[in-house]
Amino acid sequence: MSKAREVLLNPIFNENPIALQILGICSALAVTSNLYVTLIMCVALTSVICFSNLFVSLIRNHIPTNIRIIVQMTIISSLVILVDEILKAFDYETSKQIGVFVGLIITNCIVMGRAEAYAMQNSAGMSFLDGLGNGLGYSVILIVVAIFRELIGAGSLAGYEILPLVQNGGWYIGNNYFLLPPSSFVIIGLLIWALRAWKTDQVEEPQFKIQSNSLEAEERKV
Amino acid sequence: MIDNNSIKKILIVGISLCLVCSAIVSLAAINLRDKQIENALNEQKIKILASANLLSEEKTLEEIFSSIEERIVDLETGRFVNTINPETFDANKVAKDPKTSIVLSNDQDIALIKNRENYAKIYLHYNDVELNAVILPVRGYGLWGTMYGYLALESDLNTIIGLEFYKDKETPGLGAEINNPKWKKLWKGKEIYSNNGELAIQVIKGSVMTDDSGFNNKVDGLSGATITGNGVTNLLQFWLSDLGFQPFLNQLKNNKTLSMESGDV
Repeated sequence: MSKAREVLLNPIFNENPIALQILGICSALAVTSNLYVTLIMCVALTSVICFSNLFVSLIRNHIPTNIRIIVQMTIISSLVILVDEILKAFDYETSKQIGVFVGLIITNCIVMGRAEAYAMQNSAGMSFLDGLGNGLGYSVILIVVAIFRELIGAGSLAGYEILPLVQNGGWYIGNNYFLLPPSSFVIIGLLIWALRAWKTDQVEEPQFKIQSNSLEAEERKV
Repeated sequence: MIDNNSIKKILIVGISLCLVCSAIVSLAAINLRDKQIENALNEQKIKILASANLLSEEKTLEEIFSSIEERIVDLETGRFVNTINPETFDANKVAKDPKTSIVLSNDQDIALIKNRENYAKIYLHYNDVELNAVILPVRGYGLWGTMYGYLALESDLNTIIGLEFYKDKETPGLGAEINNPKWKKLWKGKEIYSNNGELAIQVIKGSVMTDDSGFNNKVDGLSGATITGNGVTNLLQFWLSDLGFQPFLNQLKNNKTLSMESGDV
């Protein structure tokens, strides 16, 4: 039981796919300017990753290692097309806003990463939980980014007005920068900093050290 | 048990996986297709009605739409065409077919649409027998892609009731604010011709001052979306010019007594 719990909850903060593994950044940049759209995207990705893990795990003992990536991709892309079709049929308004990004779940590194790293070696139930955990980890970051972006950029959350904008007769002047994708970089960067300040074991070894100034080194010798 | 990496096993797994996946995907696509087409059509109908300010809570979409008359117009002559069925008319197809469209030269193509169809589907709304609104399809390039919309004019064929876009690729929060109700409201009552009869409707940079000359022809720009605003100006200028609906509007003006039953203008 505790193992299942670990598989489910670890990816949320301890091994967050976006914050620790820096995967799946592209959709975090693209679909986070409106909270409602972000939530739909999170549901879409979480269901794709859960079921791709489940199906990959179910047939893992029959997948030839030579074509395993192709097999995973086929399963993932079929699921993504399914999600896209369902969205177009039942939530047309949002599917128009998300547009190409549901299709791009196919290339989201988190989905394939989990299929390759976890579902190929573990039982179906655990793989499903792992998918759910990673989907939630992805969702947590996306939702936080979206809350910052929409609130600061447009003064609203999921389309509901929180800070009345000057354009609509209020007092708040929206910060347009937060409606543009680059602002997500800044927010994700700050989130990673905050997370690593809280969980210091996530801090990576620096890849190189800057040499101290040779003159200073001389002086120190003297 | 065969070895997983034998050619036989690879083929079996590969082919059966593809078959299963394609079956699931096609089943979903076929079962959901009707609903998706309906969604897209409804979306368009809502925008047509919204542009002429006809949407109401009490009636269903179908009920309101039944009060609208769809007609096909020959853009060259400006006359109604009765030989084409509006129900089956496909504007995209007509615009792409070289037989039913013209290629625009660079000077003509201010809205950057490349080809202009020879026929267009327009919508007329009547109060009893009196013409109330004329709704024209318009399109043109914004910042990232073509914006598709409807322009509704009052029966004087000069005053705008509304402008609605049903498809665009503009930046959310900037150019996509063309869909903001606050901005769309600005169009109501604007006039497409200036006092001396020139085509003057435009989106300007910044806000329109009430003491500005030609105040009635100008609409506030969207901050941070100058290119989208210019795109909207260009597409209106194009579709209201003699390459667009001007011949039709002239015909309609000369036949003010036009009633619902009338055939050709």
